[in-house]
Amino acid sequence: MQNQNFHEEIHAYPTAKLSVEHVYKEFTNSSGEHVRALEDVSLNINEGEFVCLVGPSGCGKSTLLNIIAGLEKPDSGMALLDGVPITGPGRDRMMMFQEHALFPWLDVIGNVMFGLKQKPNLTDKERLEVAKYYLFLVKMDRFAHANIHELSGGMKQRVALARSLAPNPKILLMDEPFSALDAMTRERLYGDIQDVWDKRRKTIVFVTHNVREAVCLGSRVVLFSPHPGRVRREFPIDLPRPRNINDHDLADMSSLITSELKGYQAAESD
Amino acid sequence: MKRVLVSITFFVIIILIWAALTGDLAFLGLDQSLWSPYIMPPPSRVAAYLWDNTVNGKLIVSMGVTLRRLLIGYVIGLVIGVPLGMLAARFRCVQDTLGHLALSFQALPSVCWVPLACIWFGQTEAALLFVVIMGTMWSVLLSTENGIRNVPPIYARAASTMGSSPLHTLVFVTMPASAPFIVSGMKQGWAFAWRSLMAAEIYVAVVSGFGIGQHLHYGRELQRMDQVIGVMFIIILVGLLADKLLFSPVESWLHRRWGTGKD
Repeated sequence: MQNQNFHEEIHAYPTAKLSVEHVYKEFTNSSGEHVRALEDVSLNINEGEFVCLVGPSGCGKSTLLNIIAGLEKPDSGMALLDGVPITGPGRDRMMMFQEHALFPWLDVIGNVMFGLKQKPNLTDKERLEVAKYYLFLVKMDRFAHANIHELSGGMKQRVALARSLAPNPKILLMDEPFSALDAMTRERLYGDIQDVWDKRRKTIVFVTHNVREAVCLGSRVVLFSPHPGRVRREFPIDLPRPRNINDHDLADMSSLITSELKGYQAAESD
Repeated sequence: MKRVLVSITFFVIIILIWAALTGDLAFLGLDQSLWSPYIMPPPSRVAAYLWDNTVNGKLIVSMGVTLRRLLIGYVIGLVIGVPLGMLAARFRCVQDTLGHLALSFQALPSVCWVPLACIWFGQTEAALLFVVIMGTMWSVLLSTENGIRNVPPIYARAASTMGSSPLHTLVFVTMPASAPFIVSGMKQGWAFAWRSLMAAEIYVAVVSGFGIGQHLHYGRELQRMDQVIGVMFIIILVGLLADKLLFSPVESWLHRRWGTGKD
């Protein structure tokens, strides 16, 4: 009976489509100027799609992610999850941050259980099983009872990934999760995140300023331009998976996007 | 192990010097005591006082009276201090009012409350409790406020994406995240409570119970310095035991979990 719940839980693959419609968002910075972080941004993301938002800093890509997460509200326009407007944070959209944001007062498995504990219909024993499954998925099952400060940066992000996956959200939102890691660790995680996406079939929205990373991971790359933040252009990426960041075709694709990015940066500075 | 030996040797030497100077080592020919026992009693007299009054139960009863006051006052101080600290961390107007009041009162040694407490409550348990509470709550309030203010905002954001309500976030994220600060505030509050209770008991005679501090007071009145020193030992012992038994285990757990500090 209990096993049945566990299997139902890990063999459920909820996913959803996202749409962002004419979103505007303005900030007042510390010197009192108004900054238009997002201007008339519209975007459609399909179920199970892996979309990377790329752009230089100040293009509003993280703001857009926060709006989808429900942590911020747009000034006008809206973000919809399966056609329903997003009004606040929810377990159907899990967010992974640049810093790991793991809780130091809990051990590894305690962190993975945090979101699960708020999920009804599971007994504590089943939650433990589910948490172990996700730790296994991110190859951290041997460290279930380690303290957070004992882990390396890459391991922390793996645990953070397991914590985000554990409540089985429809959408995974990732805000430059690998940017603080060294290159070797990052390359290994590129493989693992593609593997997780393949196994868990989630819709993923991934924010980065690294074009190569975006091309390596995304089925589509959305290029943003700053001041004000707008969608500049979209690039479907049809390269075969699993992709290796050092692949030739991948490098060609990313230099194409980079030149587009440089083009408008040059135009802006003129 | 070597450090323990060094430490023990140090204290043994101090006691030996004390014994030599007060005539306790007469059998070694050191019979020239420097002071009269009314000024500085030898260790043997202090030990005899402690032994006799433990065996006849006087110190045990007084210890019960004192610890009861301490615990009740301390717990009330925590129950008031922690929530007020949370409010001060959350609302600027509470910080600007209560927070600043706490800062001023924390600068005031709580024994200064004794005269007022005696006027307001008479020579009763309530007066002593009031002094203990005043010693505890302000420091607990300030450290709770400081702890909560130091919680990285990203924890609350992460929790809210995982479905935590504001109340759930407060109890399961903000509180544990500020635990290192709150625990050190509780420890400081305990030390203040203990000091203020001793001061109050020496200062005020309360008919409802004869506390440890009152033994010290009567030792002074009766010129019994062996009693005074004996009670001082007990006061030190209670302070050390509280630290070792109550706070050290919690602190070492926090250090292990957070990866802060060694030992």
